[in-house]
This record gives sequence, structure tokens and C-alpha cells, in this order.
Amino acid sequence: MDLRGRKITVHDMCLRDGMHPKQHQITVEQMVTVARAMDEAGVPMIEVTHGDGLGGKSVNYGFPAASDEEYLTAVCKEVTNTRVSALLLPGIGTVDDLKMAVGCGISTIRVATHCTEADVSEQHINMATQIDGLDTVGFLMMAHMIEPEELLEQLLLMESYGANCVYITDSAGYMLPDQVSSRVSLARRELKPETELGFHGHHNLAMGIANSLAAVEAGANRIDGSMAGLGAGAGNTPLEVFIAVCDRMGIETGVDTFKAMDIAEDLIVPMMDDMVRVDRDALTLGYAGVYSSFLLFAKRSAAKYNLSSRDILVELGRRRTVGGQEDMIEDLALDMAREQGTI
Amino acid sequence: MSNKVKAAIIGPGNIGTDLLVKAMRSELIEPVWMVGVVADSPGLARAEELGLKTTAEGVDGMLPTMREDGVQICFDATSAYVHAENSRKVNEQGAVMIDLTPAAIGPYCVPTVNLDEAVAAHAMNVNMVTCGGQATIPLVHAVSRVQAVSYGEIVATVSSKSAGPGTRKNIDEFTRTTASGIAQVGGADEGKAIIVINPAEPPLIMRDTVHCLTHETPDQDAITESVQQMIGEVQKYVPGYRLKNGPVFDGNRVSIYREVEGLGDFLPKYAGNLDIMTAAGLRTAEMYAEQILSGDFIPTSSVA
Repeated sequence: MDLRGRKITVHDMCLRDGMHPKQHQITVEQMVTVARAMDEAGVPMIEVTHGDGLGGKSVNYGFPAASDEEYLTAVCKEVTNTRVSALLLPGIGTVDDLKMAVGCGISTIRVATHCTEADVSEQHINMATQIDGLDTVGFLMMAHMIEPEELLEQLLLMESYGANCVYITDSAGYMLPDQVSSRVSLARRELKPETELGFHGHHNLAMGIANSLAAVEAGANRIDGSMAGLGAGAGNTPLEVFIAVCDRMGIETGVDTFKAMDIAEDLIVPMMDDMVRVDRDALTLGYAGVYSSFLLFAKRSAAKYNLSSRDILVELGRRRTVGGQEDMIEDLALDMAREQGTI
Repeated sequence: MSNKVKAAIIGPGNIGTDLLVKAMRSELIEPVWMVGVVADSPGLARAEELGLKTTAEGVDGMLPTMREDGVQICFDATSAYVHAENSRKVNEQGAVMIDLTPAAIGPYCVPTVNLDEAVAAHAMNVNMVTCGGQATIPLVHAVSRVQAVSYGEIVATVSSKSAGPGTRKNIDEFTRTTASGIAQVGGADEGKAIIVINPAEPPLIMRDTVHCLTHETPDQDAITESVQQMIGEVQKYVPGYRLKNGPVFDGNRVSIYREVEGLGDFLPKYAGNLDIMTAAGLRTAEMYAEQILSGDFIPTSSVA
């Protein structure tokens, strides 16, 4: 694979996807410290929001340590070169949240839907394109669940609403490099040449780096990851590792490799409540194609109702649940517990 | 047929047609008009076959004769964008408007919670909140009538096939209107609504989760009884309204997991989200009809 001279933009997820393993308890102070270090290391983009995006504050997904507004206000004024993005899932957050985030100083809004439901993002993407200079990204989650041709149709919809960048998102960490290549290369061929294309991976099958490289080779120019992999499930593509690999391969990220390593080791790992790694349950997510942020919910319900968390996750996969259905987990666990006689 | 009140349905799409099928069975409502905007729409053709007067000219096509045709109740199953105009026009002709769109220009009405008050107030426009609101607000109320609820949250999961273009184009209307209904009608200090669309095949039956946070430690027995009783009330007009699990108590959190299977009148059974809307709309119309038939309420344009 010869990717020498390719320029890509890496986007760190510690302060958004990383909220999942932290149960949304990262403090404003921690966010500011991490954001400053990212700026210093030359990380071009970071995402800051509740793990489930703007408006994610809820019983269903978890109450955060501070509001989106507090996090965004604090981080945006702290960074010089690093640009800050916010995530928005229509159905959870609204255009009011989007306007608030713009007021806090974000440069990028990423509007995310399940891979077959791009049309619910029209309202939000439209609104974002009317805001001067706002980088507007369409983000299709659980992209392994449909074929490349179907995925392309949905990406084209987001492009038609005005997104200047669209993402193929492996929310379950299920994809293998070939599946990434086929999706990204078809999209690259059919989207407008000026539309940027991104890939967001999860490391549940330890494919984060391999999949991200496959994406770059197939034409993606934005790659998500998180330092030390702080993210849902087994985490995102470990960004310091990806940066080191890019460095060796001659792919230009603009990030200082040693500084990236230091952020991972000195700032992020000490923040972890439990090591974010490919444990049995995280592996099950990737193996069964389950939304990564279900991990801790399944563990909690398993403990509460004396069940196997792997059984719960496998069943959630079998039922083809999608992102946002966290409420299904306790409901399902109660059904399983009754069947198995554990309650 | 003098013991029925005549009604018009505006919008011959899925919702309007399902409502028509239900209204044909009503003891109190007689649908006489179906109003559309597309001449060759299958919904208008179906209504015509069933003996209704139809027009493809929108509400304006019905206005000249609706008074002499005796229409006293209208249902709007179109979209929030055109609702206000539709409502103004039929109110002027002395008909009550039951709003099935999320426009919410009139007071919210959730039959098992505040139907009596809404009808007693003789409002000329009542709004049915949203499908998620109809499915969950009764349960928020079931908790809040036992003890104070500081926060009510609902998660509605619907199949892709039952989320129509109107909902998709303006999903924020759903979350805003539902959240406001949870507070205003459900009785929570603060409301939050989340909607998730799932494309699985076969389509999943509409499911809703209701989470309430109570100020004080929840009285488990009283809340459980209140929830069971409320589910029985809703089942009177939506037989497929079922408790799946709960109430689950965890500290001050009360969680209720349920699903709604539709009757399958015109819409498929999995579309319980749409069915509960049409059933609630018809139930509201019937309460108005009782008041009209007993002479307690004479809808007039001046009341608007």
C-alpha cells in the first residue's frame, strides 16, 4: 500500500465518543486540559459533546457532568488552531441545540442518522449550510448494515441537502477492511469531487488502524480516532497509533507523533475508569454488529438481572437494533431474566 | 342517522384513511366529506367508494356546502404547515377542528388524561400532540397523579415504514411538541422526548419507554397500580396498548416499557404509532359529539 504524500485530516473523539466509557462524567476542567494538549500537538479537529451528541443529556443515555453549552464554551475559547466540532443526532437534539453550539464557537457540525434514514437530517443540514463558514458533515451510522450501493444513495441525499463532507461510520466496529474499501471507493467515485469523505471506526475487532488505512487508500480524507482509543466499545481507532503509522507510511496528518503519544499516555489513560480494550463484551459488539455505546448498558443490566452480557448483546444484534435504542436493553434483559428464571 | 354528528376528514393519506375506517364504525360520528389536494389520489377514490363527498380542491372545495351538509367536526390529517389556515376556515363555518398534525395551535388533548377538560372548555381547535405523546403522556400522568415528577422522558421507537415524510422533514416538531406535552399534560416539571427510527424487517411494533424521576422516593405499590389502571383506560380505545415490562424502580427513577400494536384497520399492525393517533382523534371527536347531541355544546364560529 503506497500512500506517500497523501494529506488527511484526523479528528479526535476523546471528548465526545470518549464520554461513553466515562458515562458522560468528563469534567469541564479535564476537557480544557485535553483540548489544550491537542492544540499543542497539532490535532486539527476535536469533537466535544455529550456522547450521544447535543441534547443527549437524558435518563436514557446518561446525565453528563456539565451541559453541552458549558463544555463547548470552555473548550472553544481555549484552542487556537484546533477546530471544534459538535455531533447532533436528529430525534435527540434539535436545530435549537445546533444554534447554541454555533454560538459557543464550533467550526463543524456533524449531523448523524442511522445509515438508512438520511432524510431525517435534511432540516438540520439545511440550517447548518445557512450559517456562514460552518463546516457541515453528514454522518451515517451503523454503515455495515447495508450494501455499498444503498449506502451511497443515503450519502448522496446528505450531499444534496448541502453537506460538504459525508462520513461512513462503523459504529459497531464490525467492518473488515474489504467492507470499508468497497463502501468508501464507491462513494468516492459517485460523490462530487469537492465533497470530502470520512471514516469513523471502532476497535472492537482490533481493525481500527487497518480499516482507517483501507479508507484512506479508497479515497477518504478525514479519519476519526481517539487518543488511547477513548470511545465506546473497545474505543475508536487509537489515534496516537494511527498517527505513528501514518508517519511511517508518509501520510501527512500534521500531528506531532510524540506529542500524540504523550496525550494518550499521560492524559487520557489516567482518565479511564476501566481500561478501554477489546474485552469479551467489546469483542461481541464487533462480532455481532451491535452499536458500541450499548456496552456498559448491557454490562449493567447483566449484573442487575444475573444474565450474561454477551447473551444480551448477541440478542440485540439479532434484533437489528440501531443507535439510540439504549432503552431496549433493560427491557430485553427483563424478558430474558423471566425466561431464564433469574428474577 | 340523526344520532350521529357529521364529520369531515382533511387529508386522504394513510392517517386520514385509517381514521375513516375507524369513524365508519363509530356510534357517534358519521364521516361525510374527504378533502384532498390531488385529483387521482387513491385515498379520495376509496372515500368516494364508501359514499363520502370528496374534493381535490383542498378545504376550499368543501367550504361552500359544508354547513348545509351538516359538518360540525373536522379532522386535519395534513401537515403542520397548512393547519392554521384549514382550522380558521372550518371554524368560520361552525365546525370544531381536531388537529392531528403537530401544529399545536389549540390546547393539547390526550383522551385518558384531559379529554373531559378539553371538551368542557369547548375549544374550537384541539391538538392531539404527537403519536409518541399519545402513547406516553398517559403513563407520565399515571406517575404524576401519585406523586410529583421532576422530570419525564420518553423514548419512542418506530419502524422506518411508519415514519412518514412529514415526520421525517420536521423531526424537531416531534421532539419539541412531545416534550411540551409531557410537561403540560403529563404533569412533569420538565419534559424530554427522543425518537428513534429503526428499519428492521419485519417492521418492529411501536415501542415506547417512559422514564420519570420523582422528587421523593417512589411509592412503588401506588405507582404500579396507577400505571396498570391507566393502561386499562387506554386499552378501551387502543386494544393493542400493552405493558411489556415495569414499572421498574431504581432510586427515584421509574421506568415503564411498553408497545402499541395497531388494529390494522388500514395501516399495518406494526404502525401502532399512527393507529394510536387516529384512535385518540376519533375518541376526542366522539366526546365532542356527545356534548353536541345532548345540546351542551353548539359549535359556532364566534367561540373561536
